[in-house]
Order: sequence, then C-alpha cells, then structure tokens
Amino acid sequence: MGKVGIIGVGQSAFVRGFPGSIRELAFEGFKECMKDAQMSVKDIDATVVCSAPEYDKQRSPAGVFAEYLGLTPQPTFYVETLCSSSTTGLKLAYSMIKSGLHDVVMVIGFQKMSEISSAESQERMGRGADIQWESPFGTMMPAYYAMHARAHMAKYGTTPEDLALIRVKASTYGQINEKAVYRKAVTADMFTDPANPMAGPVASPLRVGDCCANADGSSCIIVASEEKAKAFSKKPVWILGIGAASAPVNMAGRDLFSGLSVGEIAGQQAYKMAGVTPKNINVAEVHDCFTIAEMMAYENLGFAKPGEGRELIRSKATYKEGTIPVNVDGGLLSKGHPIGATGGSQVRTIVLQLRGEAGNMQVKDPQIGLVHNIGGVGLYGNVLIFGR
Amino acid sequence: MAKKKEEDLRFKKFGTVSFTAITKTNDFVSHLEQGKVMGTKCKDCGMTFFPPRADCYKCLASNVEWFEVTGKGKLVTYSKLEYGPVGFEADLPYAIALADYGTYKVFGRLSKNVAESEIKVGMEVKTVVNKLPNGQVNYVFEKA
Repeated sequence: MGKVGIIGVGQSAFVRGFPGSIRELAFEGFKECMKDAQMSVKDIDATVVCSAPEYDKQRSPAGVFAEYLGLTPQPTFYVETLCSSSTTGLKLAYSMIKSGLHDVVMVIGFQKMSEISSAESQERMGRGADIQWESPFGTMMPAYYAMHARAHMAKYGTTPEDLALIRVKASTYGQINEKAVYRKAVTADMFTDPANPMAGPVASPLRVGDCCANADGSSCIIVASEEKAKAFSKKPVWILGIGAASAPVNMAGRDLFSGLSVGEIAGQQAYKMAGVTPKNINVAEVHDCFTIAEMMAYENLGFAKPGEGRELIRSKATYKEGTIPVNVDGGLLSKGHPIGATGGSQVRTIVLQLRGEAGNMQVKDPQIGLVHNIGGVGLYGNVLIFGR
Repeated sequence: MAKKKEEDLRFKKFGTVSFTAITKTNDFVSHLEQGKVMGTKCKDCGMTFFPPRADCYKCLASNVEWFEVTGKGKLVTYSKLEYGPVGFEADLPYAIALADYGTYKVFGRLSKNVAESEIKVGMEVKTVVNKLPNGQVNYVFEKA
C-alpha cells in the first residue's frame, strides 16, 4: 500500500465577524487551496466537512458546501470532534484513500463563531463537556483548562509568569502572520499591570491573555494517494504517522490533570507509526487554546519531561530559531481559533514549513513536522506527523 | 382517550441551569432534596460510579444501588470564575472544583463559605447539599 500525501492547503484569514455566510466563508479557504494545488473540482473524488455544531443555524453543511464549491455529485459528509474536527476529517480522508475507495479527498474545516455572543459561545463550548453532570455547575472551557493550570502549578511549581511567556511567543508570530486575528504585540509586563486588559481575570489562574481569541475562519486540505500526489504535485508532503485518542468526558473519570492523556496517547501512536521520536521533530503546531495547553503539549509530546515544559519557553527553545519551534504562526492564541477550521490551519502551516514556503515564519530546513490538535478539554486528541 | 403519561422531570432541578430533563438517575435529585449526595454501585461487579450511572458497561446490566458520598475527599484542583456562561451570571464569582475520594472523584463547586485564602490543592473537603436561591439544588465542597 502506497503513501498518502497532502497536495493542497488553504485557509481564510481568521477574523472577527466575517462579513458573509458560512458557505462564503468556506469558499475563502477552498479558493486558496485550489489555487495552491492547481487542480479542478473534477479532480476531487470526495469531501469531508468539519466543524463543531450549533454556532450557526445550518444543519448538515456538507451538502451546502458541495453545491457552492462545485463539488457535486461527488460524495460528501460531515464529521465533528469539537476543536479537533478537521484533523479527524484528515484521519478519515487518509483512511478513505488507504482503503482504495478514493484517490483524492478534500477536507474542509470551518467555524463562524460571530453569530452568537461571547457568553453564548462559552455556554456552547461548555456543553462540549458533560452536560448532565458538569454543565449545571456553570462550566466553561477557560475554567476547565484553568483547573489543569492549577494542577500543573501545584505539582510542578509552574508560574503565571511562565504561562505569560507562551502568550508573548504567540504574539511574536501573530504580528507577522497576515492570516492572524490578533496582530498586536503582547509583553510579559502586560500581565502584571492590573489596568491592562491582558491581566483581566477570567478563571483563576488564567487571565484574558492566557486565552485564545474566538474567530471566524475556514481551512481546506487536499489529500491524495501516492500515485495521484506525485502526478499533481511537485512537493507533496507525506503523512507519516497518525494517532488519536479519547478520554472520559467528566473530570471525575480522569487521573491526569497536569497534562492531557489524549495528547500523550495520540503522540505515542503517531511517533510509533512514523518511526520517529520527539527529537526528530523540526517544527510543531500544538493546540494552544490556552497558554497552559501549550505547556502541557510540550510535556505530553515528549519535547520536555513532565514538569519541565517551562524550561523550553524560558530558554526560548520553542521560538523559530530554537531547538523545537512550536506555533511559529501565532498559534491559536494569536492566529485565532475558529474551532472546526483550526486543525486544517495547523496542517497548512506545517505543510508550508516542510515545503519551505512559510515566508517570514520559515524554520530553517525542516524535514519532519508535527500537528497536535485537541477537541474539548482533552476529550479528543489527534497527533499527526508529516515528512517531505 | 388514554390519559397523558406524567413525565418525571426531576432532573431539571439539578444545578443553576440543568441541561437534562430525563435520566434513569432522577432519584439523584430526590436524594439531594433529602440532604444526601449519592452515587451508584453495580450490585454485580461492585464498581462504584460518581457521577451516578444507571448502567454498568462491564456487566451489561442495570443492577445498581445508591451509596452516599460521605467522609473526606482531597481537593484535586479548582478554578474561580470571574466570567460565566449564559444563565450563570447571578452566581458569579464561583469556583468549580474536583475532589478525590479514593475509589471515585466528585466534580462540583466550592462552597462560598471557604475563603479564597484558605483554598489549597490537597486540602480535605466534604461534599454537602446546597439549595440555590432560584429553587434549584446542587452540592458544594466545604472544608472538612
């Protein structure tokens, strides 16, 4: 059985309040991807559409997009695993190609979050956890991740200052990424100035600056069999490893709070399948919906030992010039987090990096890249490893 | 004409806002109203469940009995919310937390009686029933 490669990537700009409908938003990522791949819609055998439900009113968006993007009569369907939806879509595309059912599959991720208020959005996201037993207490994503931050601090002595450094790094690259929703600089002293919005309390110990921005956005990836990838693309990027895992939805069912078990398990699977170790990774995109999430990802993926993630950010090892560059496109923190589009955007960044086309964000000559995409509060986790 | 079957919607009373109307564990709410926080235990294999479940995935049976959450648990972690989801504005600020009882864990809220300066990961807590101002009922962790 041959390899499976990525031959086209695209995304919309991640923005606040996209001035259009979801099909028009999907078109933005689709257009960039089709131009990148220089393919026609007739070359696409099937489409997988990914988002988290209930942010807009459209039920079953797959058929709507297929029509708007000219992808009928080819098959299409919808899939979701909350914030990791589009890497789950990618895993499905890989499986569909490996099975021999299709040769070229498109994965479209999207989310239009601006149709509802921020508090409504927190309620929707909170309901991506245990609605029967936890939501009645008034839960929301920042608070769940804040519980992990508290546990990490209590166990390892990680500080709020360490977390702020992760946001500072994200802003370094958000400023130079024209697709990012948050283009401003963030400095560590903003977190210690009570008058600065970044220092505003959200859910202790997390502050406004520790949280990613809601955004509207879309992403699009074209995946192909080895034969088709070589025929259509001069620089296919190969999928070397895929790992995926789930965890109990209720925090009461879990044992690990200073990390996310799904990141760890999916990472181990992906490394094994790809035949590489954390030391082989030259550039990574990790799911930094909150600063603590990036810190846990360092440790869950083996870039640092448990409790030593802070040394990576303190020494700037995860900056572009460091030993293991992480989220050098601004990450979810600065690029923005349009839930269903996020995984596809992470994949796009790694593909551009491995092709040497990442512009001012380019890491020096990377051979192997990694994507870590989490759904819910570590409810779902996908880790993918890519090579040239 | 057949009389309309009366629905058992007790679970709507759980928490500030309940998102579930009917569950096979509706008795949980009646126990709360009697001052007891209860989990379930599979009578066949002995596995304890908190939050309570009606069904055991190991035994493929629904043969469970109620047990009371008593004694002391240890605070695993917590977070104080300064901003809340729609429907919870009147409760702010409040802290959500997790307590470890050894064979099971309990997710809930910290009591407002616990001063912020007293909260420490690892501290001993007990789980007690709490009546909410809007007539709803939940449970909170008090200092043990």
